[in-house]
Amino acid sequence: MKISIAHLIRIIRHGWKNIWLYKLRSLLTVLGIVFGVASVIAMLAIGEGASYEARKMIESLGSNNIIIKSIKVPSDSKTQQAGLLGVYGLTERDLRKIETIPSVVRIIPALEMEDSVWYYEKNFSARIIGTLPEYREALNLSIKTGRFFDTADLQNSLPVAVIGSTVRSSLFPAEDPIGKTIKVRSNYFKIIGIAGEKVFAGASESFVAEDMNIAVYVPISTAKDFFGEYEVKSTTGGIRSWERNWVQYHRFVVRVSETEKILMTSSLISDILNQTHKKQDYQIIVPLELLRQAERTKRIFNIVLGSIAAISLIVGGIGIMNIMLAIVTERTREIGIRRAVGAKKRDIINQFLTESVILSASGGFIGIMLGIFIPKAVTKFAGMVTLITCWSILLSFSISVVVGIGFGLYPAKKAAGLDPIQALRYE
Amino acid sequence: MNQNNDLLRFDNVTKVYHLGGVDIPVLRGVSCEIKKGEHVSIMGPSGSGKTTMLNIIGCLDRVSSGKYFLEGMDISTLEDDALSEIRSRKIGFIFQSYNLIPQLTVLENIEMPLFYQQVEEEKTREKAINLARAVGLQDRLKHKPTELSGGQQQRVAIARALMNDPVLILADEPTGNLDSVSGKEIMKLLCELNEKGTTLIIVTHDAGVAKYSKKILKMLDGKIADEN
Repeated sequence: MKISIAHLIRIIRHGWKNIWLYKLRSLLTVLGIVFGVASVIAMLAIGEGASYEARKMIESLGSNNIIIKSIKVPSDSKTQQAGLLGVYGLTERDLRKIETIPSVVRIIPALEMEDSVWYYEKNFSARIIGTLPEYREALNLSIKTGRFFDTADLQNSLPVAVIGSTVRSSLFPAEDPIGKTIKVRSNYFKIIGIAGEKVFAGASESFVAEDMNIAVYVPISTAKDFFGEYEVKSTTGGIRSWERNWVQYHRFVVRVSETEKILMTSSLISDILNQTHKKQDYQIIVPLELLRQAERTKRIFNIVLGSIAAISLIVGGIGIMNIMLAIVTERTREIGIRRAVGAKKRDIINQFLTESVILSASGGFIGIMLGIFIPKAVTKFAGMVTLITCWSILLSFSISVVVGIGFGLYPAKKAAGLDPIQALRYE
Repeated sequence: MNQNNDLLRFDNVTKVYHLGGVDIPVLRGVSCEIKKGEHVSIMGPSGSGKTTMLNIIGCLDRVSSGKYFLEGMDISTLEDDALSEIRSRKIGFIFQSYNLIPQLTVLENIEMPLFYQQVEEEKTREKAINLARAVGLQDRLKHKPTELSGGQQQRVAIARALMNDPVLILADEPTGNLDSVSGKEIMKLLCELNEKGTTLIIVTHDAGVAKYSKKILKMLDGKIADEN
């Protein structure tokens, strides 16, 4: 006899009633599934969130770009303590050389320094970046209000500045910054634009982590006029001392014509720079390479996660099977009675299979609730970005149902295989 | 097919149990006929095979050899599913220990046989309530079996046995666990059913129970020793 929908609903209702009768036991039974499902969803959400942030940030460097940074070689710092002038980093000559590589479309130099930006009595520790107008396009900077500086500003070395969103919220919490004047050291800049907010992942990807929201962008010509090419920093130590460095450019953003040529170009650049920079006082960052690396990491993470999830769900399934076997024994007499009043073997299988699937599915459901809650809590308390994906919920829920069928089948078959007469006599 | 009004017929039926490699013959060639509407008691000492005979009649067990016809149909060769179907459509069981399902209510226990016939829920409920009223339990529908007395529990079992309009009611020591007053009430109820036309077969030790019936099969060592 085929089972009608109405009958199926009744079977499910009866199963649910039996499970509800022993709430605590049922809850303990499905705990394995609950934690299995919850951990899959939560860990995937945290993983997705982290890789989303990393991806966004790498993308914000521009996937068709190569970034070259000047770095101070550690061995240099010894001589610095004596107050000597340290010379390191990228130079005008490097720029000219790199420009000759055919696949390079544009090379945008930048000067960077960290200093306090003042607006009346308020100050904020910002990164001042002196660069070309093309910088905005190369790094996909959005402008929320106002404008970025243009060629005219650059040619005339005008004291204009574009501020990042954090700078804005710190110095101008209530007023419109456009047209206001800020002070860096003894120089004044007029604000002409505010950059849109950029994703910043914090310490997790420290090798590229640069909070673009604390930047103040000024024309490179203005920066050279105002600040020169010397870096003066106060160093921390027992006695307060000053450290002076001579750096021509802190950074090049190299735009490459085609994605395919990025790796080739980066190795060419490395060859060129190696000729003159024996001390390795530069670092080449290829965002595309980082992106691929992030993808690889994520894939490994997913495989590891998948295995953990599979193990925990199998353990959960064994828990269900264990209890279902105990339930079958406990209800042997009931099975005999049901068989006596006309239940077929299939009816008994349906009954117990339904119960185990209801158990595992409700475990899966509770697990989903928990799995949605945990990432939210992580976001709230740890400040990490999390991303709950729809497919992780669907996947873990359907696995929990499959586990219920898989591990419920043996106890159900065992129940159906009981001899009705023996079952009726069972005490 | 059923020319002589037989409900069931045993034709040299034997039953052998295999326990631990040893063959234990329980029925050693039983032949008998029971007609429609009869009230038959099966008596005999323990181990005489009367419960086994009842189980075979009730399609819970199968013959080892010989033939068993129910309403002219040869039951001996049927598969498990077909036997379940016959139990579901034609037979009502009443047990000594009531055999109600403890976690279900009185009403749900009575409804159970029609659940397996996939009869609609409202029809089932209506019929179960009517039967509960017929056995005098209309006020106890939502109670659990453990909240009832033995006599009341047995009446629930009778209502359950009637749920599928059986042609045959099989009772194994129906008054065995009851005091004499409740026992008499139960027997009265069963006799009323028999008078309405349902065939009734009762296995009992109790001569007081057997005296209600018109026919008594006395069993001894797996055979019918006496039939009157």
